[in-house]
Amino acid sequence: MTASSGSITARQGGDVAVRAPRSNLNMTLRRLSRSPGAILGAILVAMFILIGIFAPALAPHDFEAADFARARQPPSAEHWLGTDELGRDLLSRLLYGARLSLVVGLISVGIGVLVGAPLGLISGYAGGRVDQVIMRLMDILLAFPSILLAILMVAAFGPSLTNAMIAIGVVSIPVYARLMRGSTLSIKEELYIEASRSVGTPSHHILTRHVLPNTIAPIVVQSTLQIAVAIQASAALGFLGLGAPPDVPEWGNMLQKGRTYILSAPHIVVFPGLAIMSVVLGFNLMGDGLRDALDPRMAR
Amino acid sequence: MTQYILRRFLWAIPVLLGASFLVFWSIRWVPGDPAIAIAGELATPELVEKVRAELGLDRPLPIQYGIYLGRMLRGDMGTSVRSGLPVLEEIRIRLPRTLQLAFFSLLLAAAIGIPIGVLSATRANTWIDALSMIFALLGVSMPIFWLGLMLIVFFALTLPSWLGLNQPILPPTGAGTWQHLVMPTIALAANSMAIQARMTRASMLEVLRSDYIRTARAKGVPEFSVVYNHGLRNALIPIVTVIGLQFGTLLGGAVLTETVFAWPGIGRLLVDSIGYRDYPVIQGTVLVITVGFVLVNLLVDVLYAYLDPRIRYT
Repeated sequence: MTASSGSITARQGGDVAVRAPRSNLNMTLRRLSRSPGAILGAILVAMFILIGIFAPALAPHDFEAADFARARQPPSAEHWLGTDELGRDLLSRLLYGARLSLVVGLISVGIGVLVGAPLGLISGYAGGRVDQVIMRLMDILLAFPSILLAILMVAAFGPSLTNAMIAIGVVSIPVYARLMRGSTLSIKEELYIEASRSVGTPSHHILTRHVLPNTIAPIVVQSTLQIAVAIQASAALGFLGLGAPPDVPEWGNMLQKGRTYILSAPHIVVFPGLAIMSVVLGFNLMGDGLRDALDPRMAR
Repeated sequence: MTQYILRRFLWAIPVLLGASFLVFWSIRWVPGDPAIAIAGELATPELVEKVRAELGLDRPLPIQYGIYLGRMLRGDMGTSVRSGLPVLEEIRIRLPRTLQLAFFSLLLAAAIGIPIGVLSATRANTWIDALSMIFALLGVSMPIFWLGLMLIVFFALTLPSWLGLNQPILPPTGAGTWQHLVMPTIALAANSMAIQARMTRASMLEVLRSDYIRTARAKGVPEFSVVYNHGLRNALIPIVTVIGLQFGTLLGGAVLTETVFAWPGIGRLLVDSIGYRDYPVIQGTVLVITVGFVLVNLLVDVLYAYLDPRIRYT
């Protein structure tokens, strides 16, 4: 929302247009750097992304190499987090799992944003019947507890990581549509939009050049929080056996496999859960911090 | 008020119709013949034909949906491929267990979450506030199924070994006694507890800043009474809404908790049915939980309007 105040200035003159958003970004970053929670969140998220990218270089062992003689061993000097039920190095599997979670988070949020945001934009800008139809469809998607809709979709399409990502993405569509509609409705009433309309600017131009840039801030905040939701949901589907195939080192999958040995080798379920929790916590802290930093009331 | 309730009920009808259409339509996403999907892969060709005729699969889609809706309204959700029992019967046996779990979880969440939120708000920006909110954030970030597994490790392994016992303190799976209820209730409550604590804190902070609180303090009302009688009573309105909405979410979350603790509710029924590709049961359970979710949300809206008259006029 803060972006709107900066961008109003941005519409008033050519060179201001370049500077205004940057100063806004600087202010946001400054506010973020004052929040210990946001910093911790950013560190956790940065670590997660780096681990996801460099998993092959960081993994101490081959994540697929089974060694039955060393199955379910507790943490040791050779295997820092121990081994799983097939004797595979748990740390290496967790590191590769970060990569999968990163992909799931980004793709499912991408689906939500790319489908939901335009729907909300059109709904809010067009109003009337178009708005009614789109929002009633969104209400129907929201009528399901989200995990249930994802389960229904995966159960029908068949369990796989791709279907899980699509399902999680689809479930988040109404969240973005509602958010975008709300932002569009408030921006639509701004004077500069009316001015632009009165000089005959076509609707698609107003939407893409004026409305869209001013709705980015809440979408960024929501996406940060939504990645956390997506990672949790993907782990939940994996845990229910509705995600990646059993041998893939997806965190939810690892919990499901390790569950059988929970009383003899609890470390197999402790570490993947800690990994999920740290990453989700990171995105939640960062999302909360971003929201506070971008909230105009905090700027006063 | 009556007009508002009526409007909300009328609004719920298209939503329910849409949701039921989505559930009905989901069987068409299954690769292959929907009649085989519904009758089961091991069904005889005669049975498949019978299902095809019953569902009107050779007729246009709107008519098929009409037939489906008519059957649902009569309580005929088909027959379970796995057990051969009517789907409604399967759900009827298990639903009380899920409701029991959701009810106790909500109770536990409110009993702990609200006081934590109040404490946090009255001690805003102190270490108590920071600690409470860190716990709340952990509660939101923790996967509930993992918390369930950790509870099993703690009550069945760690605590008994500390106490020198040879058996688990609490039964890790199953149902039947109050001991069975403890771990699933805690696991399912954690998330909701955290959300309620955060919500209570925000709502209380807002209320405690208002003029009538300042007035109450100025005229010498004891602090306890200011916080609980003047503050919490007004702060509760949005909290009640969140609690109501949480009940619906808990019904969804029960799928995971019931799987961890082998709790015989409809969440577990759903997960087991997916394994067996028992589509009539999958459709039935999803529909029942969703209808419950919509109705609870509806009740919450009405309750909210009752508690806060301003809502009715917006």
